[in-house]
Amino acid sequence: MQGNRNILNRIDWVTVILWVVMMIMGWLNIYAAVYNEQHTSIFDLSQRYGKQLIWIFAAVVLAVFVLVTDNKLYYFFAWFIYGFFIFLLVLVLVVGKEINGAKAWFEIGPFSIQPSEFAKFATGLALASFLNSRTQSGGLGVMIPSVAIIMAPVLLIAVQPDMGSVVTYFAFFVVLFREGLSIYFFISAILAIALFLLVLLFGNVPVALGLIGVAFIVLLVLSGYSLALKALGILAAAGAGSYAAGHYLAGLGTGIIIIIAVLVAGVVYAWYVYRRRLALPAIVYAFLLGGILYLFTVDYVFHKVLQPHQQTRISITLGMEADPYGEGYNLNQSLISIGSGGFAGKGYLNGTQTKFKFVPEQSTDFIFCTVGEEWGFIGSSVVIGLYVWLLLRLIMLAERQRTTFVRAYGYSVFALFLVHFFVNIGMTIGVMPVIGIPLPFFSYGGSSLWGFTILLFVFLRLDAARSEYLG
Amino acid sequence: MKDRFANRRYFIMALVFLAAAVLLVRLFYIQIIDRTYRTSAENNVLRHITQYPARGLVYDRKGELIVYNQAAYDLLVIPIQTSTFDTTRFNEILGITMDDFRSRMKAAVSYSRRAPSVFMKMISSETYGVLQEELYRFPGFYVQARTLRKYTRPVAAHLLGYVGEVDDKLIARDKYYRAGDYIGTSGIEKSYEEQLRGRKGVNIFLVDVHNNIKGSYADGRYDTIAMPGKNLYSTIDLNLQEYGEKLMRNKTGSIVAIEPSTGEILALVSSPSYDPSLLVGRVRSENFSKLQADTLKPLFDRALMASYPPGSTFKIMNGLIGLQEGVIRPSSLFSCSNGYHAGSITVRCHSHRSPLNLVEAVTMSCNAWFCNAFRSILENKNYPSVQEAFDHWRNYLITFGFGNKLGIDLPNELSGFIPARSYYDRYYGKDRWKALTVISLAIGQGEIGATPLQMANMAVTIANRGFFYIPHVIKKIGEDGEPAPLYTRKYITGIAPENFEPVIQGMEGAVNGGEGATARGARLDSIIICGKTGTAQNPHGKDHSIFVAFAPKDNPQIAIAVYVENAGFGSTFAAPIASLMIEKYLTGNIKRKYLEDYVFNMVIKPDARK
Repeated sequence: MQGNRNILNRIDWVTVILWVVMMIMGWLNIYAAVYNEQHTSIFDLSQRYGKQLIWIFAAVVLAVFVLVTDNKLYYFFAWFIYGFFIFLLVLVLVVGKEINGAKAWFEIGPFSIQPSEFAKFATGLALASFLNSRTQSGGLGVMIPSVAIIMAPVLLIAVQPDMGSVVTYFAFFVVLFREGLSIYFFISAILAIALFLLVLLFGNVPVALGLIGVAFIVLLVLSGYSLALKALGILAAAGAGSYAAGHYLAGLGTGIIIIIAVLVAGVVYAWYVYRRRLALPAIVYAFLLGGILYLFTVDYVFHKVLQPHQQTRISITLGMEADPYGEGYNLNQSLISIGSGGFAGKGYLNGTQTKFKFVPEQSTDFIFCTVGEEWGFIGSSVVIGLYVWLLLRLIMLAERQRTTFVRAYGYSVFALFLVHFFVNIGMTIGVMPVIGIPLPFFSYGGSSLWGFTILLFVFLRLDAARSEYLG
Repeated sequence: MKDRFANRRYFIMALVFLAAAVLLVRLFYIQIIDRTYRTSAENNVLRHITQYPARGLVYDRKGELIVYNQAAYDLLVIPIQTSTFDTTRFNEILGITMDDFRSRMKAAVSYSRRAPSVFMKMISSETYGVLQEELYRFPGFYVQARTLRKYTRPVAAHLLGYVGEVDDKLIARDKYYRAGDYIGTSGIEKSYEEQLRGRKGVNIFLVDVHNNIKGSYADGRYDTIAMPGKNLYSTIDLNLQEYGEKLMRNKTGSIVAIEPSTGEILALVSSPSYDPSLLVGRVRSENFSKLQADTLKPLFDRALMASYPPGSTFKIMNGLIGLQEGVIRPSSLFSCSNGYHAGSITVRCHSHRSPLNLVEAVTMSCNAWFCNAFRSILENKNYPSVQEAFDHWRNYLITFGFGNKLGIDLPNELSGFIPARSYYDRYYGKDRWKALTVISLAIGQGEIGATPLQMANMAVTIANRGFFYIPHVIKKIGEDGEPAPLYTRKYITGIAPENFEPVIQGMEGAVNGGEGATARGARLDSIIICGKTGTAQNPHGKDHSIFVAFAPKDNPQIAIAVYVENAGFGSTFAAPIASLMIEKYLTGNIKRKYLEDYVFNMVIKPDARK
């Protein structure tokens, strides 16, 4: 019982206070978002602010509960908890209730609970536990199973489909980065994203030609113009041949012809390169082929796999579509309300945009509109400042751990908050696509509030017991 | 253990600052630098005016307009923006009393002080004209244009359906709808709601304190454009529909007429009916309660929602199934001694020559013949038990569309009822029943039920010699639209085409034949009509008169089912009505004025006793 008695001295009070302040500010904004003179009691349970009070109260109870549990519990039961939530994610696909087209909710009496909010916590634990068990960090033998741990819930949530939650799981890659995942992995990922955007903006054929151009320049610089020109010559010949054959004989599209040309050229080129034992040009070719196959896959995924509204959202964010028919309605209304807040805001409860319910999901995903409209740039900056404080605090706490387990878990918490913070606020002001994820501790809703509270307090509990661990 | 990657923390910290910086820069831009989001210093307010698109129009099969729109105006109020104004003048324009004004205002305030609510619905164009000129004197009030349905003729109410205000439940379920929006709640207005409604748009205006619109907010950058609803091209022949309704006046019942080669519904009459314009606009709720209270249930669409035993018309089915199963032949003779007698069971029949073959039995509608045929079907030696044979019999009926909803593009279709083996097992014990137990099915009485639509579809299938398309009322959506793939799929029954011929011959005889013909009243000189009468037993009163028919015999253009409730025997009432409908559709005008007058003057008292 030594640990429990001293827990009050050992937990990080700065984080706890930030948590309380955020919940209070969140509640004030929810109250403003659904405010109506006719319902005056703040305890009115028919209103969202009344319900949110209950959620907050329950969150405090939950936090205390987490703090008095034995910290070893999380370490020893990490896999059990992970398995349990994976099971729930499977179960929700079977017996879940469909809301807004996603089978993501369990309905228990009057309450709806979203298991994906809690599965983040479980994934963080499992990932931390796995990384802790490996002494050799950074290698593929560690990283491939780690990615598998992350992808299992991601795939199940993608089936629901709840793309918003899927995006948040990419936060765990920050953990892998901190624990030594190769820089090249991230560079490839960034390149992949860049290619993805380029393909959407310019179409696959111009980008494919562009890639060939880049490969040519790289060869030119690294191996001299003789080799580069030869390679280009081979490719051009292969291209002309495939074009003649493919276009006139089989009626194939330009995209397929480019792929065939690169493959055919590759055979000739491989023979040439092999004879001279040239490693570098082979790598350049491998990148070119990989890039071209990837970009045609992207094109296919975007047009065939993503749902129309998701395509539209991405297109709007990229500024490719003017959208007169209102897929961007949410975003427009959100921009108007935040923009009209100005420097100092319109004052608490005086927002006009937010009152008329022009902004949908006002108290949940778009709660930041109320902040922006009623508190202005000053208020928005304060909220962002609080988050930066919390995030830096979490890094600090994670770095003072002696075990990989707690540090990796701490970074999981940090990264999830970072992604939610940036994506949620970003979408309300048009720097991110509209992805339906909540702003931690601000948005209305029990599942998300409890999910984030558990996430945070398990870390605080583990942190409080850090001296018990041996490094 | 040495942590080789400890330095990466700084990169992660940098990520936090980068994220915050991106958000702050963007916020700084939209909140401070970009002025388009700002409202001016005079405390301007933004007013979001919903642009309600015109609902799609509906045309008949020949391109004649059936349903169109008329402008109407809703007066809205935002209570917090109102100030003291000349209420006397205001009430005078609207034609309301001070008390009325107060209660409306109270309702608006209790909804919300800041959000707009409807003060008065659907004010006329004239009132709107006057009000618009003086609107500047009434801050906080504004007008929103709506459209109301108008009908070119007072017909086809059940088919067209009506439009009503959305309820709270739906608003919670479907994000498209807001309080006060209209939605199709029956008929094609409901089943084609998404196509008809189009898409709302929103115009955002800047309004000053004097209730003047100062212009578009941010040059209309945030406006959304309303998309008008799509027009529907119906399969209905409006003239035929109107004529059918006229024929059914003063009678209860229904008419369903279908083009056999396509499944397109030509007329869908349910009587009594009502003028569809009764359920439009401000008079709607009052009229609706009146219609609902009417004991004749004019709102009830009998053509789709009433299920009756098909009576003798069903003998056709047993004849077809018997032929297909090979248990009877067209030449099979069965005798009839004023009925069918087996053990303690007697099914009575009228007096006629005996024995009869299949064609004669259909023509004369002999009960005994079909009891024998039905018994042969169930006691088929090819199946191990009566129950197994019964399953096969039932499957044939299912392929004709009995016992299930056909899938017409109208809401609330009834599925009818064809008892399954388990149904009788429950009553008599598993496999403890015989052909004689269920013998009433032979002549279409007993437990079975079919809707007039299903009976018309049966006529279609016979006319086509073995197939049908799902009956539907909309041909295409939009000018260049096509019928839904669902309605171009051919449904083939389990009966071979050649087996239809003797039955059709019998139906031809019933209308045109000599001896014992049961439906001579339907005869038409110029065109060969094939038909079959029926009487649906009605435990509550006089039996219902039924007639199913198609014409011409070769290359059929129209198949029809007519029901007249409480009218007794089929040939006297339903047959002439069907015959007139066929004449009207195929020739365009009626030569038999005497028959027409007879039907017009026929008054069938509902609930007539036997």
